[in-house]
Amino acid sequence: MSLTDKDKATVKAVWAKISKSADAIGADALSRMLVVYPQTKTYFSHWPDLGPNSASVKNHGKNVMGGIALAVSKIDDLTAGLLELSEQHAFQLRVDPANFKILSHCILVVIAGLFPKDFTPEAHVAVDKFFCGVSLALAERYR
Amino acid sequence: MVVWTDFERSTIQDIFSKMDYEVVGPAALTRCLIVYPWTQRYFGNFGNLYNAAAIMGNPMVAKHGTTILHGLDRGVKNMDDLKTTYAELSVLHSEKLHVDPDNFKLLSDCLTIVVAAQLGKAFTAEVQAAFQKFLAVVVSSLGRQFNYRAVRLHKVGVSLKTLNV
Repeated sequence: MSLTDKDKATVKAVWAKISKSADAIGADALSRMLVVYPQTKTYFSHWPDLGPNSASVKNHGKNVMGGIALAVSKIDDLTAGLLELSEQHAFQLRVDPANFKILSHCILVVIAGLFPKDFTPEAHVAVDKFFCGVSLALAERYR
Repeated sequence: MVVWTDFERSTIQDIFSKMDYEVVGPAALTRCLIVYPWTQRYFGNFGNLYNAAAIMGNPMVAKHGTTILHGLDRGVKNMDDLKTTYAELSVLHSEKLHVDPDNFKLLSDCLTIVVAAQLGKAFTAEVQAAFQKFLAVVVSSLGRQFNYRAVRLHKVGVSLKTLNV
């Protein structure tokens, strides 16, 4: 399910619309994930506060969206573009890749809530494919 | 036995009572057919599903989307016995329609996104958790029959006639 030229153009167009709100999107998606999928909290036992107003959550949401921004810029070769992040996730963070799908879903929910008119089914499929590609690239160095 | 908190119960009742089934149902099903195109395999006799525009304009898809929401409505009205509520529909989906149960999750995800788009800020993390929990239990109830390979229809006390198909 690789990205067609149309998918890439759609992803870039969506990103252009949402990137100003990237920090807020990241924070909301992350805090949502911690509530809707409580098993994900296990990765953040070192944070004092896991609530939506937590500085740790907000900051980390920003980091995650920074990674997404990087992925958009490297959309023509996600594997190469995200190699360092993949190594970090594989050797240091060791996040089970099943969680990439969970966070992707939460980001989609947030985008749909903030940009209901823009998040058409066509935009949805392109962004979903993109997140699948990002997840795959992130898992590249796992084994 | 699923335990619902008061918050979960009232959230589910609230969401569905304010929902226009004839808008949300078609929106969710069309989104599913577009975002996960392999799901179109179950709608071979629905006519033109050739592209997103065709799917979104297809009256059979719209009608079926509404039917699905009414099916969910049954669950909303019987939250304490979803297993029994969906026993017949589970048989239908497994024995007659032969739907891969993984598809139920795909449709649930699309429905969640449609509801998120409708409710905006009101679709908080806690509301999302309640909504997804409800859908997960419905999906699980719908999937029960798939495990009972040896069970024949008449043992379950169901005939295709009563299923109205």
